[in-house]
Amino acid sequence: MTTIDAPAPAVAGPTTLTFAKAINQALRDAMTADDDVLVFGEDVGTLGGVFRVTDGLTRDFGEDRCFDTPLAESGIVGFAIGLCYTGFRPVVEMQFDAFAYPAFEQIASHVAKMHNRTGGKVTLPMVIRVPYAGGIGGVEHHCDSSEGYYAHTPGLKVYTPATPQDAYWMLREAIADPDPVIFMEPKALYWSKAEVDTSSPVEPVGRAAVRRPGKEVTLISYGPSVPLALKAADAAEQEGWDVEVIDLRSIVPLDDETVLASVRRTGRCVVVSEAQGFAGVAGELASRISERCFHSLEAPVLRVSGLPTPYPAPMLEHTYLPGVDRILDAIDRLQFDDQPDTTFSEGARG
Amino acid sequence: MRDTLHETSVEALLPSPRPVQLLDPTGAPVEQSGTRRPYAMPSADRLQDVWRHMVLGRRFDLQATALTKQGRLAVYPSSRGQEACQVGAIRSLTARDWVFPTYRESMALVTRGIDPAEVLALLRGSAHCGYDPLAQRTAAQCTPLATQLVHAAGTAYGLKRRGEDCVALGFIGDGATSEGDFHEALNFAAVFDAPAIFFVQNNKYAISVPLSKQTKAPSLAYKAIGYGVACEQVDGNDPAAVMAVMDAALDHCRSGRGPFLIEAHTYRLDAHTNADDASRYRSGDEVTAWLERDPIARLEAYLRASGLLNDDQANAVRQEAEALATDLRDRMNTDPEVDPMSLFDNVFASPTPQVAEARAMVEAEMHAEMQAAEEVTR
Repeated sequence: MTTIDAPAPAVAGPTTLTFAKAINQALRDAMTADDDVLVFGEDVGTLGGVFRVTDGLTRDFGEDRCFDTPLAESGIVGFAIGLCYTGFRPVVEMQFDAFAYPAFEQIASHVAKMHNRTGGKVTLPMVIRVPYAGGIGGVEHHCDSSEGYYAHTPGLKVYTPATPQDAYWMLREAIADPDPVIFMEPKALYWSKAEVDTSSPVEPVGRAAVRRPGKEVTLISYGPSVPLALKAADAAEQEGWDVEVIDLRSIVPLDDETVLASVRRTGRCVVVSEAQGFAGVAGELASRISERCFHSLEAPVLRVSGLPTPYPAPMLEHTYLPGVDRILDAIDRLQFDDQPDTTFSEGARG
Repeated sequence: MRDTLHETSVEALLPSPRPVQLLDPTGAPVEQSGTRRPYAMPSADRLQDVWRHMVLGRRFDLQATALTKQGRLAVYPSSRGQEACQVGAIRSLTARDWVFPTYRESMALVTRGIDPAEVLALLRGSAHCGYDPLAQRTAAQCTPLATQLVHAAGTAYGLKRRGEDCVALGFIGDGATSEGDFHEALNFAAVFDAPAIFFVQNNKYAISVPLSKQTKAPSLAYKAIGYGVACEQVDGNDPAAVMAVMDAALDHCRSGRGPFLIEAHTYRLDAHTNADDASRYRSGDEVTAWLERDPIARLEAYLRASGLLNDDQANAVRQEAEALATDLRDRMNTDPEVDPMSLFDNVFASPTPQVAEARAMVEAEMHAEMQAAEEVTR
């Protein structure tokens, strides 16, 4: 866990905030605590970000601390790397998941590797905020689940909060971390509201959270899929299943311990992710669990994910995205007695 | 409020119509006329200094090429012929200025005072970067083209924010001016008035692709104008002119007028690296013509004619260069020791459980190998 040397945050004690406001508050508190924290990107200044996540930061901290840049994602990330050499801690916004791709060379070739390339001499304490995933009726290139690209790149930490409380503390910890962090913000959750305690972190980053305890099935989820997994667990309860829901919180580092302990108890596991399933994070989870809990498993680990198609036009979003029914189907398949092997192939159930 | 256009005049940004030259290929001084800015001959001290470093740099470069033939370096991209650019630019900076080099700037880094063996770690294959970038104010040598220029822009802006009267200089070749990051770097540096110098060594080929297939621009320097960046073109085989233009660029940056781009017209005498065959894409006549514009011989002729260099002084420098080469050869003739467990160092500042797990696996493998080896010896 990263220790945060910060004066008391501006808002002390529990308060109800939207996910977006919680991130805004985290940026404010980090900027107050450390003059070297800089926020920049396209539209983050005067407009306050297209999702208003950086609302009021330029007004309250000045244009030196929160500023608009030319529209060039590679430039934004590369500029942030250069600022790290002079001791700044940049927090940059990529606006939308798919807009970050021009910056991928900077992220994969330099952000991820600089610490390693320089034998540990250079650290890049930067955060790249990526509003990601769908469910908001966004047009093309606004709804990608790109976490797999980043998680597959050694040297990047990949955080994806699912609650306003986590959004606040995980961002504070990401900013304090000497390692670069890709901070994936589920867009569909920006307007969700919950109580946020800014006085102390609930769990350190790197530890998954058990959002709902259960004995018979483990549902593993992260980011945008957590509320869905909880909904599915409630519905499964009506059908007589006692389902545990785990929120990974960070994909890198991955909390194997919490995941494996749960699956060893329940013997059944479904991984839910909004990203398409092929060669993705959900497949990684399924592999790790199969390798480590084979003898505890009552059934194969199943994935419920987005489809192996490009993210669709908004009118088809509801078919593309994993929903409660698909998760319930998967849970049913975990009984597995009368199912031929082929039923378990990923995506077979649509 | 100014809405769209900045008030800088195009005139103020333009490069000189012909590359700035202070010494002709025979070493004779060239009368200055028609340049956009005034350029004066650097002081005798600086000319003597840059000549010495060019001699050392070339000897280093030749030794590095020889080391590839002996299997001691995995690869070496020579910069023979580009001494005026690399040495002239570096000797014009202070130690507080930052440098963002590519893989071809080994000579520049040696000139900067970094231990040649540390510079060669990348090309020897023992480490990605053999020196401390923060201590040397020199970023790791960069292989993806032009990506380091945006870092230079960010660092230049950071230096300005810190109130340091320093610049960040980024080197690239002609091919890299086609990359997106070249454009993003110039644009960012310009918008943030960052004291960055973009030094383009136009050595006429990007591996095998000639300049004519790289760009339709009349000069690579002109690319700067579209971003509101002042620029100059210089004879890159004239060390006196390179230093004079560097002085102008440094003055421009240090006086808060934003970034500056220098296009140095030069030539890479050897192949892209020891691994390619330059005779497939260029003629011997072309190389011979450029050998006649040798930057070291040119400055030497001027220094001797001006009474600034005699045989004794020249021999002393050449002996110094031989000693440097001998020392480098001796040190590179030992096998480097690289600890396999260092694979897992510095992936993150603090290892994730997954990195720790992989480390434990390799540790166990090595332990088992050691035990097996011990059993064999018993």
